[in-house]
Amino acid sequence: MKVKELALDGIVRQNPALKLVLGTCSILALSNEAINGLGMGAAVTFVLVCSNLVISILRNIIPDKVRIPAFILIIATFVTVVKMLLYYLGSKSAAIMGIYNAMGVFLPLIVVNCIILARAESFASHNTIGLSVMDGLFMGIGYTVALTLLGAVREILGNGSIFGVALWNFKIAFFTTPAGAFMTYGMFIALFTFVYDRIVRKQKLGGAKILKPKTTEV
Amino acid sequence: MVFSLAIAGIFISNYVVVQFLGICPFLGLSKKVDSALGMGVAVTFVMVLASLITYPIYTYIMLPNGIEYLEIIVFIFVIASLVQILEMVIRKMSPSLYKAMGVYLPLITTNCAILGVAEINLTYELVTGVFSAALNGLFSGIGFTLAIVILAGLREKIDKLPTPKHMRGFPISMITAGIMAMAFYVFTFITM
Repeated sequence: MKVKELALDGIVRQNPALKLVLGTCSILALSNEAINGLGMGAAVTFVLVCSNLVISILRNIIPDKVRIPAFILIIATFVTVVKMLLYYLGSKSAAIMGIYNAMGVFLPLIVVNCIILARAESFASHNTIGLSVMDGLFMGIGYTVALTLLGAVREILGNGSIFGVALWNFKIAFFTTPAGAFMTYGMFIALFTFVYDRIVRKQKLGGAKILKPKTTEV
Repeated sequence: MVFSLAIAGIFISNYVVVQFLGICPFLGLSKKVDSALGMGVAVTFVMVLASLITYPIYTYIMLPNGIEYLEIIVFIFVIASLVQILEMVIRKMSPSLYKAMGVYLPLITTNCAILGVAEINLTYELVTGVFSAALNGLFSGIGFTLAIVILAGLREKIDKLPTPKHMRGFPISMITAGIMAMAFYVFTFITM
């Protein structure tokens, strides 16, 4: 089943945040609260799905020499769309405006988020439309899950709340500082690698077999 | 104003360890002090140029014509072409500099610190004109270089130490960066 393989690849075996360690800037900055992580993850997923779709449609038309600028322009267009959409939705609901403001400069910076260009280059530019959309979706979900989990841990420890709902008064302010972001993320990657290795050894889950991305020189 | 831009750019809101911009090259390229320094200089140079070009384009062309919603597309296009032109110019003018800096140049287009400085210039209260935008680019670049060189120095030592198997690579670099971020956190108490 190709869909199952793609889902496993995106969410576990090649999780963009925990395995490939791409797009670290927005992970560190937006993991201060679970809701911000979820918002950022959703925005990245949207851009990833749309850009993968368009790039795989145009994959035989774009000349090889100008493919990187072409990919970047396509991605930039969808980031602009997301920015306008979030601003519009923000004018309707205060909660979305809060996420929009928290994203700040990192919203336009989705354009240089390494995951999106990496998926365009290594997957969407030589796979069919359906597979590329699926790949974008699952990679986006993997990113969103990791970012939301990281945000939840930092919010519980640093702020004593989850998704804005207060739990208790025990707060360790360290986890809300940049240093806390780096350390929590580092421990997350280490823990993921540890658990992943254990599972692979036990169940022989194996690495990515059929859909291993081709790495091409940029 | 120059002084406050310098202190803010290098220490208080250091691009890497306080604002989380340009983390990819920070972690990917900081294995040797030499290559970290080369990357830092290249990034600083492109940051100044990008600020010099994007700030006037936004303020004098896009704002009066009401097309500021195109900012992301225009900025990334300017930066990509700037890097491309720079690569060609350096290759022609100075082959030795190209040898030292050339490998880092293509990576700079997707470095969030460059697009970040272009975006931050638009809303930063200390930036009032083209000159201060360029200065902001310069000092932010110096701050980036400082952080990446410090991490490279630390990693040269840490990579030789025995660390648990699953902590090797990214996790231990993240934790080292976290300790650096703690040191830089002290600077956020400075008020000007």
